[in-house]
Amino acid sequence: MSAVFEVKNLKRSFGGLVVTNDVSISMAPGDRVALIGPNGAGKTTFVNLVTGTIPPSSGEVRLGGETVTKVDAIGRVRRGLVRSFQVTRLFQDMTPAEHVGLAVLQRSGRAGRLFGSFLTMPDVMAEVSELLEKLGLAELAHRKVSEIAYGQQRLLEIAVALALKPKVLLLDEPAAGVPQSDTGRIEQALADLPKDLAVLMIEHDMDLVFRFAKRVIVLAAGTIIFDGLPADVTKDARVREAYLGSYAHASHVA
Amino acid sequence: MTVAMNNQTTLSRPRGGSFKRDLIGVIVIIVFAALGYVLFPDNLALLTRILAVALLVLSLDLVTGYCGVATLGHAALFGSGAYAAGILSAHYGINDPFLMTMGGIGAGAVAGLLCAVIMLRAHGLPQLVLSIALIYLFHEFANKASSWTGGSDGLAGIMPDAVFGIYEFDLYGHTAYFFGIALLLIVFVLLRILVRSPFGMLCRGIKEDPLRIRAMGASPNAALTKMYVISGAVAGTGGALSAISTQVVALDALSFTQSAEALVMLVLGGTGSLFGALAGTLIFMLFEDYVSAANPFHWLTMVGVLLIAVVLFAPKGIYGTAAAYFSRRREGSQ
Ligand SMILES: Nc1ncnc2c1ncn2[C@@H]1O[C@H](COP(=O)(O)OP(=O)(O)O)[C@@H](O)[C@H]1O
Ligand SMILES: [Mg+2]
Repeated sequence: MSAVFEVKNLKRSFGGLVVTNDVSISMAPGDRVALIGPNGAGKTTFVNLVTGTIPPSSGEVRLGGETVTKVDAIGRVRRGLVRSFQVTRLFQDMTPAEHVGLAVLQRSGRAGRLFGSFLTMPDVMAEVSELLEKLGLAELAHRKVSEIAYGQQRLLEIAVALALKPKVLLLDEPAAGVPQSDTGRIEQALADLPKDLAVLMIEHDMDLVFRFAKRVIVLAAGTIIFDGLPADVTKDARVREAYLGSYAHASHVA
Repeated sequence: MTVAMNNQTTLSRPRGGSFKRDLIGVIVIIVFAALGYVLFPDNLALLTRILAVALLVLSLDLVTGYCGVATLGHAALFGSGAYAAGILSAHYGINDPFLMTMGGIGAGAVAGLLCAVIMLRAHGLPQLVLSIALIYLFHEFANKASSWTGGSDGLAGIMPDAVFGIYEFDLYGHTAYFFGIALLLIVFVLLRILVRSPFGMLCRGIKEDPLRIRAMGASPNAALTKMYVISGAVAGTGGALSAISTQVVALDALSFTQSAEALVMLVLGGTGSLFGALAGTLIFMLFEDYVSAANPFHWLTMVGVLLIAVVLFAPKGIYGTAAAYFSRRREGSQ
């Protein structure tokens, strides 16, 4: 299948530190890719670069065959490249229903409407209910975000991303900070993602990675040192070395 | 699709009717207006002035309270509306009060657009400085264009016709007062609709985290520009009311002082709430009027003390703190 998302020779440095070093990745619709690597490897920076949050020093980003390197962050979202954040960024005074409602309205070009409320728009409410239900948040639909548990906030991040109907979804550590008892829900949500959506997930929890991904990419010091099947990643000598060299939780990989 | 439609019925609606609160708001404004009319029949000019400034403070609340843009130059929008309404009458003989108000709304909106284009290029402190620069420029422009504005002498010769051809703008200010009440009620209802619209929700999001809004594919600057234009229309309404009711426009309408006072009133009442803006205006202006008459030497001291007390002990403003207190009590009793 043809690539929906392509990154070619992406480079970026901060001061003298090369954080993204000649990274190339290609993904097709329906791909399930895990991006792993030690802390500070440049994973979040990679997401910031491809979403247009920060500019690359050089390289190219393509979405659905179109070069978007010069398109701003908003334009890339509108073309179907959507991300979630490593630390949740939600609006504390708004409810889950309002978050998802706003995303649906924005996607359908109605976020600028000066009257009415999404609560009385049947098509928007149908989508809001469906997404909140799917992520187990229906009960909390009208609570303020500041009143709901962190694990549920992470699920809401996913709901907001899905409400934008992405073609490519980048999840930055969706289970980070979630108690072990609650990761099941997130794993279920990941398993239920639309089949034709291309998903790239950054994650430290290797159990989650192995259950989710059909392909694993390992980033170390800004460079891709492995790109292949999950079964092969633990056998790879360079991967072992990278984790042992800089990362205390080597047992996760070994 | 059928599944989605089924789900729609399973998600309950939030509790608390917003219509009921709109109605209460309208009733409260009418009750206060009637009280003012009965208690201070000889001071309708002051009450009308309060109405005009209330429109300015509501307008400021839209950009500051709802969108998080701090500005010390908001009177630029109010003054533009005042001068436009005044110039229509004094120079063009367009004396219909509704047309003059329309002129004020239009000029306020254009001034809002201009301010937005310049101010939204910066954030935080530089943005605040830009707003101050803008109000100085507006003020100086009005001062220099004296053949249009009367400069420091003020713009005179404003002679609004009777409303609907019946109600003359009389010496006692009855007509102006009712005209002002009507404008405030209309604006209040429209703004209630606006702040809970999809656009209002988008602006609340922008205030909290513009980067998150960008990640949802919406442009914060486009939305803020739109809000500035709306805000300008509201401030322009207030300016027009001021020009129509006093029949003069002075340079103060476009001053830094007026801008700063509007911000003080907003903070006093509580930002991010239409009731807060109205309460702050009413309290500040009544306080100013009576305390300055009773003790002209210490009135500013007392305003200063009141402000410090509010900022330290009621940071959500007088209305905001009271509203939070009552909603906690209501929840506690359930
Ligand atoms: N804005 C920035 N300025 C300077 N250095 C940065 C910036 N963002 C990230 N870095 C550095 O880049 C490296 C990679 O960071 P990051 O992409 O967050 O890693 P990861 O997500 O893989 O843990 C780190 O050394 C970090 O300190
Ligand atoms: Mg990271």
